[in-house]
Amino acid sequence: MTVALPVSTDPAVVPEEHQQRRGLWRRLPTRAKAGAVMLGVFILAAIIGPLLTPYDPGFQNPSPALSLHPPDAAHLLGTTQSGQDVFSQLLVGIRLTLELALAVGVVATVLSVVVGVAAAYLGGVWDEVLSLATNVFLVIPALPLLIILLGYLPQKGQAATIVVLAGLGWPWGARLIRAQTMAIRSRDFVAASRETGEPTWRILAFEIVPNEVSLIAASFVNTVLYAIGASVALAFIGLADLTSWSLGTMLYWAQSQQALQIGAWWWFVPPGLAVALMGTALVLLNSGIDELGNPRLRDAGAPSAAAWHKLRPTDPTPVLQAAPRLRRGTASHSASPGGRPPGTPRPGGDLP
Amino acid sequence: MPFIVRRVIFYIVAAWVALTINFFIPRAMPGNAVESIMAKFPNLQPSAYKALQAMLGVGHPGSLWDQYLAYLNNVFHFNFGVDVTNYPAPVSTLLGQTIPWTVILVGTATVIAFLVGTVLGIVAGWRHGGWLDRVLPGLMFFQAVPYFFLALILLELLAVRGHLLPLGQGYAGGLVPGWHWDFLGSAVYHSLLPAFTIVIASVAGWMLQMRNVMITTIGEDYMLAAQAKGLSSRRVMFTYAARNALLPQLQGFGLAVGFVVSGAIVMEIVFSYPGIGLLLLNAVTSNDFPLMQAIFLVITFAVLLANMIVDVIIVAIDPRARAREGAR
Repeated sequence: MTVALPVSTDPAVVPEEHQQRRGLWRRLPTRAKAGAVMLGVFILAAIIGPLLTPYDPGFQNPSPALSLHPPDAAHLLGTTQSGQDVFSQLLVGIRLTLELALAVGVVATVLSVVVGVAAAYLGGVWDEVLSLATNVFLVIPALPLLIILLGYLPQKGQAATIVVLAGLGWPWGARLIRAQTMAIRSRDFVAASRETGEPTWRILAFEIVPNEVSLIAASFVNTVLYAIGASVALAFIGLADLTSWSLGTMLYWAQSQQALQIGAWWWFVPPGLAVALMGTALVLLNSGIDELGNPRLRDAGAPSAAAWHKLRPTDPTPVLQAAPRLRRGTASHSASPGGRPPGTPRPGGDLP
Repeated sequence: MPFIVRRVIFYIVAAWVALTINFFIPRAMPGNAVESIMAKFPNLQPSAYKALQAMLGVGHPGSLWDQYLAYLNNVFHFNFGVDVTNYPAPVSTLLGQTIPWTVILVGTATVIAFLVGTVLGIVAGWRHGGWLDRVLPGLMFFQAVPYFFLALILLELLAVRGHLLPLGQGYAGGLVPGWHWDFLGSAVYHSLLPAFTIVIASVAGWMLQMRNVMITTIGEDYMLAAQAKGLSSRRVMFTYAARNALLPQLQGFGLAVGFVVSGAIVMEIVFSYPGIGLLLLNAVTSNDFPLMQAIFLVITFAVLLANMIVDVIIVAIDPRARAREGAR
């Protein structure tokens, strides 16, 4: 969940000295760690996977015995109708899909930082125009627009897909970053650096943007999630370079050659599961980043202990009518004021 | 300016932007769409060639401004041109046949998912750290699964292997669509699996969002005050916490509905459901550009309309929005 995370200068959320020394990894919530590890496995598969492919993913084995062969030792995930090795396709496909998603994530996040910071910092007419553009593109559904854009393109290669996906993937981050920049802009340290005569670009690059790192990270993770979902959906309906092997084109071929009706589960389950697990990793990572910034969302030891005792999280002070009972652990709730402003949810992770 | 008027103006601007993008895409993209359409459909008449040129702005059918005005005029009269795949059927007829299927299926399933997810989110947020809260990471898996993949899996398990539900299509073959029980029953029976897919795929997103807003709301001082007054837990949970947490949740609904609709139309392909998603697939595979563009407009307007309805609901349940309305 990307929300306007509190800035680390907020006294309530500044981690204690010893916590800071323990490093970022130790402070990450368990969920985020699980997500990071899962994502790491996929990134590793993307880097070394194509070197390990037992077969050429496009090689069509003419032997009729190898058409739609179920998984065995020679073909770990079976073969397709035309005798191609599914495992090899999967390894190459993970790389291509991840490559595309990360590229879209980088480009779109840069765009959203530029638009968000510019709108908030320049203010006035600039803010009006940029905010309006952001909100309009937020409300126009991206996938149908992506479909006509890619439909008209004569070459639907990787680069074209990256440009189109990034071109429509920035508004979410831009909106959150604009809100955050508005909050930081009025802080004393920004005023101070303006007084000392720092040029605007320096204030933006060295005072404001570094204070938004956690928000930018969250919006990057979200954009990667969107890019995976959208690119796989687009490839699934045939709007991709169908001669290359990505997770989406694998699903396209499986669907168009009726893998389901034939009962060849090993053909369509692995690519879909890979997409789902990558997505899960990103959602976990994001909810972890979220908890890092908003301690209230955390469910570390104490609150869950409270849950076992059927304590309501809302009663740190005794309620007269209730029988006296132990109120262990509830302190952790009142210890975290601040938090995020309500009214900044994100639209689920509901990507196609 | 009253809140609702401002929002309506915003939606008009958004609709205009969508219309304008839709106008310029065929004119700005490389390649000659008319030639590729004519090459694919040799049965088209020369008159269709002229009409396509005018519509997609190929050749020199008048100045850009004149084309733009003619285009807007056509859209306002629901004239989306002639479909090339089913020449000479007008695109608007095809849309009219498919839209009801999608609106009823996706609309009902989305509302059900939203309600179920919100209620689960209320409970998970209230019992923060309880069992419902602990299964959240598991639910995140369903949030990340593409709709169409979940559809494939459910189809395999429940229809291909389980023989519990039909394999696809909107209604049993041999039935004539109409207002009689045989057909309606069959349509509902065939829509169960697609609807179930949408609910499963989107419920976790609503739940997670509601849970997080609930947890933030629970920390507010008025929650403490309500408990200190000795109100029952149920009352504090629903009328104090949930009612306030619902507002950001509704705003999130407006933004997310576009994602859900996008996912759902791709999912229709798996079920061969006779809705707008299947029409879109056919348009894409046959380079039927006029149909693709019309579908984009229809989906966009539907999403804008859904957002507008959400805004009306927000005004209805948020006293602050009403107060703003009255004050100005």
